[in-house]
Amino acid sequence: MSIATFFAMGGYAFYVWTAYGICFLVLVFNILMPIRQRLSFLQELARKQQRQQ
Amino acid sequence: MKFIPDPVGKFFHRMASPPHFYALAGQMIPWLTGIFLVLLGYGLFAGLYLAPTDYQQGDSYRIIYIHVPSAWMSLFIYIVMALAGAIGLIWRIKLAEIMAISSASVGASFTFIALVTGSLWGKPMWGTWWVWDARLTSELILLFLYLGVMGLYNAIDDKRTASKAVAILALVGVVNIPIIHYSVEWWNTLHQGPTVTKMDKPSIHISMLIPLLTMAVAFKFYYVIAVLQRARLELLHRERTSAWVKKLVMEQNK
Repeated sequence: MSIATFFAMGGYAFYVWTAYGICFLVLVFNILMPIRQRLSFLQELARKQQRQQ
Repeated sequence: MKFIPDPVGKFFHRMASPPHFYALAGQMIPWLTGIFLVLLGYGLFAGLYLAPTDYQQGDSYRIIYIHVPSAWMSLFIYIVMALAGAIGLIWRIKLAEIMAISSASVGASFTFIALVTGSLWGKPMWGTWWVWDARLTSELILLFLYLGVMGLYNAIDDKRTASKAVAILALVGVVNIPIIHYSVEWWNTLHQGPTVTKMDKPSIHISMLIPLLTMAVAFKFYYVIAVLQRARLELLHRERTSAWVKKLVMEQNK
């Protein structure tokens, strides 16, 4: 099987790759968002603590 | 009378202590991510490349490897969320409340993926993106239940009260779970019947079943990773005035 036929997905390329693409984006977003929010929240707490000192 | 021996009780007490949970979750996530990526890699390779083309549906059927595991996860996570909510409601365990609300966004994501990938599979096979049949409609209601849980939690400022409200909503919504599961048998749906969970013999070839089950296990690992990330954030928020969070921030400031 060549690379081109693999990506062509027997003519269903649009449906298959869009499905996998959306799935990938949602799953990555779900991991990165809480990490980003947690790190910025920790920084916010750190700033508050330094001001109090 | 004691039902639970001391060491076991101590173990659970320690596990449920917020600083211990926060640190342990942080240590476990890299390992879980490693296992997840290996399973995902094999599942995708086997599903998209090794597995044969379906004789009826051509290569469009390959959407099954994300569609079905996502749909399973959407039900599984809902049950976990309702159970965690019930535990939080009965025993007032803070960590159970956090697990319940942290599950909601992950569950909503899987429900969304199941609906969208189903739509992208339905278009070439059924000729329509959407149809109001029992399976699709009940899965859409599941998405609204998840969104309702998240919205309700955010609308109430006191998070202990919010957790109670959310747990009750989640428990009421459990009625939807068997409806989704049996919808393809109870009603005449456009959605096809079960292929894997039939008791006698699954009507799917082993070369297609293995990647499907691999992806299902991979998604389970993903859920644990995602829920732990959410839970760590939620825990910090709730415990921001506690001594252990102050100590954590102080160590970070050095």
